[in-house]
Amino acid sequence: MGRGAVAASSSLPGGLGLDNAAVKSAASSVPASGLTTVSVVNNLPIGISEKGGGVAVEMQNDLSTRSKSLKEKTTKAERRALQEAQRAAKAATKAEGGKTPAAASGAVASVNAKSGKSVKPPPSQKMDSATVAASEKKGGDRPPEKDRKKEVPQPRMQYDDKSRVEKAKRRAVVKQRDARNRVELFRHLPQYERGNQLSELESKFFELDPMHPAVYKVGLQYLSGDICGGNARCIAMLQAFQEAIKDYSTPPEKTLARDLTAKIGSYVSFLIECRPFQSAWGMQSDKVIVKHAVTKISDGDVLLTYGSSSAVEMVLLHAHELGKQFRVVVVDSRPKLEGQLLLRRLVGKGINCTYTHVNAISYIMHEVTRVFLGASSVLSNGTVYSRVGSACVAMVAHAFRVPVLVCCEAYKFHERVQLDSICSNELGDPEVISKVRGREDINFLDGSANSENLQLLNLIYDATPSDYVSMIITDYGMVPPTSVPVIVREYRREHLWI
Amino acid sequence: MAGTQSLVNELVTKLKKRKVEGSQATALLTAELLRSVISQMKVPQTSQAATLIEAIKSVGEQLIAANPVELAVGNIVRRVLHIIREEDFSIATNALGGLMSSACDDNKDTGEQKDFQVQTVAAFAPGRTLRPLHCMPFLTAHVLLKAYFSRSNKMSSKSSIHYKVVLRLVCNGMLSLAAADRNTKSWKLKHDVIEAVNELIEDINNCYEQIAERAVELIHQNEVILTFGRSRTVREFLCAAKDKRRSFQVFVAEGAPKYQGHALAKDLVARGLQTTVITDSAVFAMISRVNMVVVGVHAVMANGGVIGPVGLNMVALAARKHAVPFVVVAGTHKLCPLYPQNPAVLQNEMRCPSELLQFGEFSDCMDFSVGSGTPLLNVVNPAFDYVPPELVSLFITDIRFESAKENHLLKGVPPSIPWVLLSRLSGFSMPLPDGNGMGAHDWIWSSEYDIQSLPEKSKTHPTITQ
Repeated sequence: MGRGAVAASSSLPGGLGLDNAAVKSAASSVPASGLTTVSVVNNLPIGISEKGGGVAVEMQNDLSTRSKSLKEKTTKAERRALQEAQRAAKAATKAEGGKTPAAASGAVASVNAKSGKSVKPPPSQKMDSATVAASEKKGGDRPPEKDRKKEVPQPRMQYDDKSRVEKAKRRAVVKQRDARNRVELFRHLPQYERGNQLSELESKFFELDPMHPAVYKVGLQYLSGDICGGNARCIAMLQAFQEAIKDYSTPPEKTLARDLTAKIGSYVSFLIECRPFQSAWGMQSDKVIVKHAVTKISDGDVLLTYGSSSAVEMVLLHAHELGKQFRVVVVDSRPKLEGQLLLRRLVGKGINCTYTHVNAISYIMHEVTRVFLGASSVLSNGTVYSRVGSACVAMVAHAFRVPVLVCCEAYKFHERVQLDSICSNELGDPEVISKVRGREDINFLDGSANSENLQLLNLIYDATPSDYVSMIITDYGMVPPTSVPVIVREYRREHLWI
Repeated sequence: MAGTQSLVNELVTKLKKRKVEGSQATALLTAELLRSVISQMKVPQTSQAATLIEAIKSVGEQLIAANPVELAVGNIVRRVLHIIREEDFSIATNALGGLMSSACDDNKDTGEQKDFQVQTVAAFAPGRTLRPLHCMPFLTAHVLLKAYFSRSNKMSSKSSIHYKVVLRLVCNGMLSLAAADRNTKSWKLKHDVIEAVNELIEDINNCYEQIAERAVELIHQNEVILTFGRSRTVREFLCAAKDKRRSFQVFVAEGAPKYQGHALAKDLVARGLQTTVITDSAVFAMISRVNMVVVGVHAVMANGGVIGPVGLNMVALAARKHAVPFVVVAGTHKLCPLYPQNPAVLQNEMRCPSELLQFGEFSDCMDFSVGSGTPLLNVVNPAFDYVPPELVSLFITDIRFESAKENHLLKGVPPSIPWVLLSRLSGFSMPLPDGNGMGAHDWIWSSEYDIQSLPEKSKTHPTITQ
């Protein structure tokens, strides 16, 4: 995946006019400097316009950690003042005859023509990301309610709400279709449609001319699920952005910072459409986690891990490098069987491994001394949202009084709250349920796949209640699950852009 | 005898090679085999019951050794042994009863006559041994009459004289009976036993119907039911509720590594039930929306714990976490008088690792072990899981009770009761751990204790510490 992006880059002309490093530094030092945009800002006092630019960029870029360097804090009062000013400015420009959007560059306009067929974003936006591009058209003056929305976490798109789904569909690049046999309980989630989505997206390739090929490629990979795991997805996304920025040249009548953020924003919205419900995006080093977690491994331990978590893998490998004597139990489950990949890597490094399926968890738990789990995100009530089956493992470990340690980067912490695995989840390809890989003799469901009484449900995630988790190992040290909201609150301004 | 031995060997081979799948099929095969053993056996004139019991025991030991994990074999053998003892006992009781009615016709009415029958059973229950009754007619009669007269509560001088007279009469009668009745009894016992074994086979075949009858009481409209793996009993249970026009939804966890949940789902879909197949790992995610878990099991242990397909404990724990009733449906052939602490039960069965990992893909990993001696890669693929009794909410079995007192058992059995059922079914009751270190093998066959001989408390609260 990452490799693919790099390969794509090498085939493209290296610098289209701009030095790579220069672009990077320009992109990352976006704040405040050159944000004098077209007509609006001219009406505003200088100081406010600078702040306003900063906020706007922060909002557009909020999903990537690129904006990490934006350290300026805007207090609420300041922001309110800004909103007032913007509102006034907007009124002024409207009075002038709404000339503002005309200045937009060709690239941005074409994005908007596509994604913003219904030009005005509906007042209560659900998929905020989809409108990042649309609202871009308005330049500096974004609608004030949008700003307010940003502060409270937004309610999710409910896919059983017909009117909203229709609206979202009109906006969306990737078409969501009604699946055939949807499970009644999961109507509110987008249904999985593999083949259709891909062909649909491919046919759109030429319409999506502003989309950089590298970004497009990552989008396709997300769709087909080729890139697995939060960290891998983040890396792929950042690499694709790197490619896009490399190939970027500033259109003549636009400042670099504004146009580039607009583009990145449109890319992000594209990727999110390809892969909705990512609660964690960004990248942090795992080194701190590894350092902390290794102290919890002692000689003679039997460590159990589930699925394939990149953080846990690093912990295990590091402990092995330190010469600790331990054994690893790799627990796996259908349909992804990611554990086999982890198993191969661990055995390749010479770690003593035992492999089993999640069903045998009660059998194997007798001999286990620690359970290490990865997480897709940690929600602020301490619930660990992770690969489906993690909750089972944690539950059995809890029943056997085995400590459960969750290794999770702090960027995956989320202020949302979730009580069960049903309200928000992702549905995978139902076909893989009926086909058992490597077991051709299991074909009971071959004939009845078309029956309307039969549904196949392939959940991707589940939510582990916080009482099963002994400890969360994160960049900020080892914390109990009850401390998650503290971390989310305290460190949000500095590091978390969720 | 040679003919039966070949039959026995055939089943032993099948069991050893694990060719028989499912406890019901095993139970049926075992019962049929034992029936043919009994019918082909030549019984001697004296102590036929003992001979039969010895023969069944030796066959049973072979079968159990062939597949110790298949507990249904042992259950059926015990049931057949119990049948032999019961038949033997009832023949003797009938003879005695006839004698008594002729002896005490003058002053006893029929109501007390019946009462006496019950008393006889009670008096004999603790001392029910392998020896046939007529071997010690005097003692037997004495015990019986003692019980009978103490029942009629006053041992006045008149009744004392009466007692002696009757005792003499009975002794004479029994001695003559022992001599004269041999010819008629020799075929009668065998015939009765075979009849009873036939009934047993019938019961095993029809246990679904009895269990399915309870479905309507437990499944209501719009419920969501989760099941795990495949069980014919569960299928019939669910379909029975469906036939009564209840519409509900079924989630089927596929039950790796056998994936028999797929087969169950196919059957349910064919019967018109709304079925959703999920992976085993999604059980915890789904259980919060489930109203009831209904599962079939491999065996029900004496303490109320169950042995089921691997992964069942996970399901039971999740159900407990969300306070979802965990209902076990099991035919009586699955009730087993062993405890899970028993070494015969502790052993799980390991299935082939290739069900989890394909050797072809991982052949290079296997090579790492060469040289160091110990393999780096182990694959664990157990077949069974033990669910402790505290996680089971209800048992549903196919037992019919004549007594109204036990009617509450009809609706299902709380987990502490199985061994009470067992004591009715196979004459088995809980061995009292007396510190003498009774070997597991001894008390598999033990029938020396009975429920009546236990202190009152232990009847209602059977615990292992009793």
